Amino acid sequence: MTTPAKKSPSVVEVSVTGAPRRGTAARLVGALGSGALRLLLITVALLWMVPLMGLLLVSLRSGADNTNSGWWTVLLKPTELTLANYQGLVQDGVVLRSFLNTVYISVPSTVLVVGIGAMAAYALVWLDFPGRDWIMVAVVGLLVLPVQAALIPISRLYGALGVFGSITGAILFHVAFGLPFAVFLLRDFFVGIPRDLLEAARMDGAREWRIFRKVVLPVSRPALASLAVFQFLWVWNDMLVALVLTSPDSAPLTVALRSDLRQFGTNVDVLASGALLSMLVPLLVFFVFQRHFVQGAFATSPR
Amino acid sequence: MPHDLPSDPADHRASRPRRVLGPAILFLLPALLFLAVFLLYPAAYSVVRSLYDASGARFVGFDNYAHMFTDDRTLTAIRNTGIWVLVAPALVTGLGLVFAVLTEHVRWATAFRVLLFMPMAISLFASGIVFRLVYDENPGRGVVNAAMVSVHDAFSTPSEYPGAAPREAFLLPDTTLGGFSGTHTHEPGRVVELPMVGVRPDDLPEQASPASVPEPADPFDNAVRGVVWLDVDLDGDPGVLDDGEYGMPRMTVQAVQDGRVVASTTTGDDGRFTLPRTPPGEYTIHLAADNFTEPFRGLTWLGPTLVTPVLISSWVWIMTGFAVTFIAAGLTAIPRDALEAARVDGATEWQVFRKVTIPLLGPLLLVVFVTLTINVLKIFDLVFVIAPGSVQSDAGVIALRMWQVSFGAGGDQGLGSALVVLLMVLVLPIMYFNIRRFRRERP
Repeated sequence: MTTPAKKSPSVVEVSVTGAPRRGTAARLVGALGSGALRLLLITVALLWMVPLMGLLLVSLRSGADNTNSGWWTVLLKPTELTLANYQGLVQDGVVLRSFLNTVYISVPSTVLVVGIGAMAAYALVWLDFPGRDWIMVAVVGLLVLPVQAALIPISRLYGALGVFGSITGAILFHVAFGLPFAVFLLRDFFVGIPRDLLEAARMDGAREWRIFRKVVLPVSRPALASLAVFQFLWVWNDMLVALVLTSPDSAPLTVALRSDLRQFGTNVDVLASGALLSMLVPLLVFFVFQRHFVQGAFATSPR
Repeated sequence: MPHDLPSDPADHRASRPRRVLGPAILFLLPALLFLAVFLLYPAAYSVVRSLYDASGARFVGFDNYAHMFTDDRTLTAIRNTGIWVLVAPALVTGLGLVFAVLTEHVRWATAFRVLLFMPMAISLFASGIVFRLVYDENPGRGVVNAAMVSVHDAFSTPSEYPGAAPREAFLLPDTTLGGFSGTHTHEPGRVVELPMVGVRPDDLPEQASPASVPEPADPFDNAVRGVVWLDVDLDGDPGVLDDGEYGMPRMTVQAVQDGRVVASTTTGDDGRFTLPRTPPGEYTIHLAADNFTEPFRGLTWLGPTLVTPVLISSWVWIMTGFAVTFIAAGLTAIPRDALEAARVDGATEWQVFRKVTIPLLGPLLLVVFVTLTINVLKIFDLVFVIAPGSVQSDAGVIALRMWQVSFGAGGDQGLGSALVVLLMVLVLPIMYFNIRRFRRERP
């Protein structure tokens, strides 16, 4: 290895006779290696891109074209590209309504999770009361409880209460299952808020609620954003909960498009454009709030 | 990062104002209500419910659990979940480590990681459709099979006449050699006429030209001549070479003696062939199986045998970015001094990686692995979307089976609840792991 040469100038001087040749060879090997590495990484990047490319191009071709030839042929025949599938999608009442349903379910549940989670985390970090640590342990435990556990009991409960199949029902379910993560993530952040900040407000005689609103929430914006992004995507992308708890009137996109799955071969154009429509918002959120998304993902498990 | 902010837990515990219950309850109440109603109560309910029958009216003890391990489809689901847990998280953690290390000194590492991370933002439903397309069996739609077919056809020419067959009076299917063998034996010097059917005239290769019966070879040549042609029924007599019938080019014709191929040739554009230097004695004419093999169409990825590996590969596509980003963050946190010290001591890069990097990353890798394992146990949408209806029983996992059993046709919420309990038991070790970690690291 050439590292010792870098360590101190004296080594370089001593090895003047022997080192250059070895250095060249090493550099050559290094160059070849980095060339191979680059090739490998580009191949991997392509492997990751091609599937999405396929979906995009299928969604931009007519059903007949998709039946006749593979989506890759469109690269040679760009005239086949058309927005017809999307026009059909926009005119489709069911798709449009389910898109709106997705918004109606994910936005409120995100706001509620952030609000309720922040309140709980505030109490768990900045207030002292008996059983506090146990509640936190319970929250960490519930972090991994599978959603499946609640499907049967809650669908029965909703049936009894008459909220089965409503958007509200779906929202409440998502809020509940988002809370352990919310509390967990925000607690981690709140612990790091300098105590002086809160003490100063308390000296001024502020009540807890005021401190929470005026001091804690503003300084926690990055954490709140991470949580919001993550919760929003989680609810937006959900299929299982909606499959069980929503009705055709309140179904989000994932569930509404599901009925098209059965004739997969014949209607890839509809499915592909529908899937792309459902991906649009998450991808936008991903690219705009990338940092927050990554932070949120990092918080998914106790470290 | 919140961890960077100054905070001393011991210090802030000592002087924490004792405000006791009042405000604490108000702040906590909404969250606790939600957790109690939607998480704790259902978990307890599921345990109780799993002891009752489908309708929930009759107590059946552990019958549902017994049923769970005897019912074929449920057993398959449990087995598949086992495969997932054993293979998928380890695979993704490994790939994550490899890519994190490889991109460590690459300038466009961030772009690479973002690209890999992107699939995690989209729904499993959409990813499912993406991969249903990728692995479509039809090489005209599925990109994997399209690639396989073009690679395959680049190395072995696809056969010219799939589905073609000779008239039975002349040649019959050969069970030992494959292809077709003559019904009669011949001696050198004869002319052999081989009428074929089963190909549409339009499907003949372009260079095919009208066929004609060749002159017999000189008997001293030991050669056999003949013609292979497409025997069209419409105008002429079956089995007779009529005017306007076309030869079948590039057909492999062989002479077989005592079960061994002794001579081989291919037909010309007019369907004629000459088998030179045929050994004396009796032999039969054989049309090689290669002429008739169906074209290679790739693999049935979404069939019962391959569907689980295919599903795992799509999950790898979704989760690898998460592992890479996570592990890359851990790599940057490794103190440079530790690495340099090892290098100064003469360790090779591989040794540095094995003996320094990996041990220092260990705890982080474990966390990534555990997080991925939880994710795997909950997998539902992917299987639901990618596996075609007829294959869902072969591809099933516990989370999907639970839904099918409870909410599908003939819903049995007793068995469904038993499956939920099984899932909860499976996450129990992870729960314990997380809680222990949490308590240790945040005193």
